[in-house]
Amino acid sequence: MFDRQGSIGRRMWPKSITRESLDPWYDRVAEALPITRGGWDDVTYAGGVFAAACHHAGRTANPVAAAIDTDLCTNCNWMMSGCRFDAKRSLLLNYLPAAVDHGAQIRPLHEVQRIERSADGDFLVHYTVVDPVDYRVRVDAGAIEAKIVVVAAGAAATPVILQRSEQTLGAMPYAVGRYFSGNGERLNTAILDEDRVRDVLGLDRGDGLAYAANQIGRGPSAASWDRLDGSLPEFSRYSLEQLYFPPGFGTILAQAPGAEGPSWFGVEKKEILRRWQSWLTIFIMSEDDNEGVFGPPPSTGNADRISMQMLSRGNLRYEPSANTKHGWALADADIRDILERDGLSRVMPWTNEVIGAYTVHPLASCRMGDDPRTSALDETNELRDHPGIFVTDGSAVPGALTVNPAFTIAAIAERAVPNIVRAAQARGVDVRYLGWLPPAARVSREAPVTSSAGGVPVTVRSV
Amino acid sequence: MDDFEGLSADQVMTLEAYADTIIPGERRGPTDRAVAGAADGGGAVASGAVELMLSPEGGLAGVLDSLAEGLNEHARDYAARTGLDPDPAVPPFVALEFADRVALAQELLGPGHPEQDLWVALAMFSTMAWDTGAHMHTVDAMAAGHPGLTAMGFMPPDPDGVWRFPRFSYGRALAALHPRTTPRGDPQ
Repeated sequence: MFDRQGSIGRRMWPKSITRESLDPWYDRVAEALPITRGGWDDVTYAGGVFAAACHHAGRTANPVAAAIDTDLCTNCNWMMSGCRFDAKRSLLLNYLPAAVDHGAQIRPLHEVQRIERSADGDFLVHYTVVDPVDYRVRVDAGAIEAKIVVVAAGAAATPVILQRSEQTLGAMPYAVGRYFSGNGERLNTAILDEDRVRDVLGLDRGDGLAYAANQIGRGPSAASWDRLDGSLPEFSRYSLEQLYFPPGFGTILAQAPGAEGPSWFGVEKKEILRRWQSWLTIFIMSEDDNEGVFGPPPSTGNADRISMQMLSRGNLRYEPSANTKHGWALADADIRDILERDGLSRVMPWTNEVIGAYTVHPLASCRMGDDPRTSALDETNELRDHPGIFVTDGSAVPGALTVNPAFTIAAIAERAVPNIVRAAQARGVDVRYLGWLPPAARVSREAPVTSSAGGVPVTVRSV
Repeated sequence: MDDFEGLSADQVMTLEAYADTIIPGERRGPTDRAVAGAADGGGAVASGAVELMLSPEGGLAGVLDSLAEGLNEHARDYAARTGLDPDPAVPPFVALEFADRVALAQELLGPGHPEQDLWVALAMFSTMAWDTGAHMHTVDAMAAGHPGLTAMGFMPPDPDGVWRFPRFSYGRALAALHPRTTPRGDPQ
């Protein structure tokens, strides 16, 4: 993946980054979170059906490595917005408490709007504070002085902050807000025939059911990597992963196979929803063409908020290219071949007609690289032409990875830290790179949040 | 039809008819005009679609009256160009037969329609009412026999309101591993 060229005709990644050079940083992240290798006992019914179907079709399948404390996990499948059991080994249990113990202040609900230079050459980071319930309501505003700024607002927000800062910081590199990648992501829903699951795959839960377990699990637990082959042409490589989204987000775009009327709403959609427990969601992570471009920034935040928290509308445009669509078509056909074989299920991709393309792993909108024309950051993660500003989130990753990008994003961030420390030292900050890893916590801490009711601090659970 | 503060009876009927087009359900009684009765069991309306549309968290409450008026405007236009003679006793969208409601919804929800975003948002709320009961805590929705969650076979929580599935795995190897799996269990 690190040798990808995309459509720019040269290596997208900085030449100093290879799998070998990044491996020590992957090791640090795996230890810090910690990530553990999954075994078949960790694979949920949904992952098991997918693995068995892969095997039946002559493919391989693997339990996926994950940072989950399986002793605490209840397989409730509500993991998308956190974990009330602290089983999901998120940053709440490692990097964040370690940072707090080293003096870091965490300011929940503070939304950075823009960065400017102070009179003495440092930075002023301007923020607003949003209401804990209604994010559309601004309850406070302020600015923080800094000698170094590390932007990690995510690939959907980092470029927007930088765009908005142009007025005071000066022009941004061309690649800020361009080359956005959706990690080539796409979803298919298979509606399994329970009898065929039993007869063809020989699966039985032991309670009289073959599957009927869409609700049970912990997100992805099994994946197939047969198309992750570096000798294959670019835009034809992808991984397939069993995945789960709760109803709502996980159902709205699913289409009824063979629908004569509308496929994503209406009578036929309701019929497939009645079989929801027999659904199996398959996630494609492929190589897209970095075709996303951000328009002008909205007045605040990275999008105009419609709902208090859930819905908003941003200025990102993403028209999938022929290259991207080619990979999706190959992967769709592969999924059908695996999961429609011998009548196991009927499969349909999620519709792109309702909200356009979609992704859960946005990347590359402020990317690293060696070429100033096509990258916003140099190989140290520093923003070109704006020394002292570093970007360490998914926006720094140059392009689609064909796998879940979280591990690579974290490894790139770990790799950037010595560079950030050196930049801080050069500005007279008394700081050293020690290379300590955060100790693991079992229980997340509570975070102080200022409520909108008279500015009285209240404490809310931080997940 | 239920009473909803801030919306006229015609507006509620119109929004209900749209929600019923997205996830159809059975009529609530012999005089139900908003729900077309195109499917068995409770649909989006019986699952609380209008309650969800009106929820302050959702952000649509302030524009529901104009969305209802917009639907009726589109329905008037649809009826005129397809030669229909709608019943004046009910709002124009409600007057449409189910198949015509579907055909009009497909136009409004289709790529390229200038108002697609609006109608997709309203459709999302209709869908979510049925398959999440998002205007209620899921525990309460399950206890109340929420039509959508019940029809989907959504499994209930433990008595303390928390979902736990101690049995979750077939517990055996089900495929050959990829030959280039790293010692950490990742793809090479």
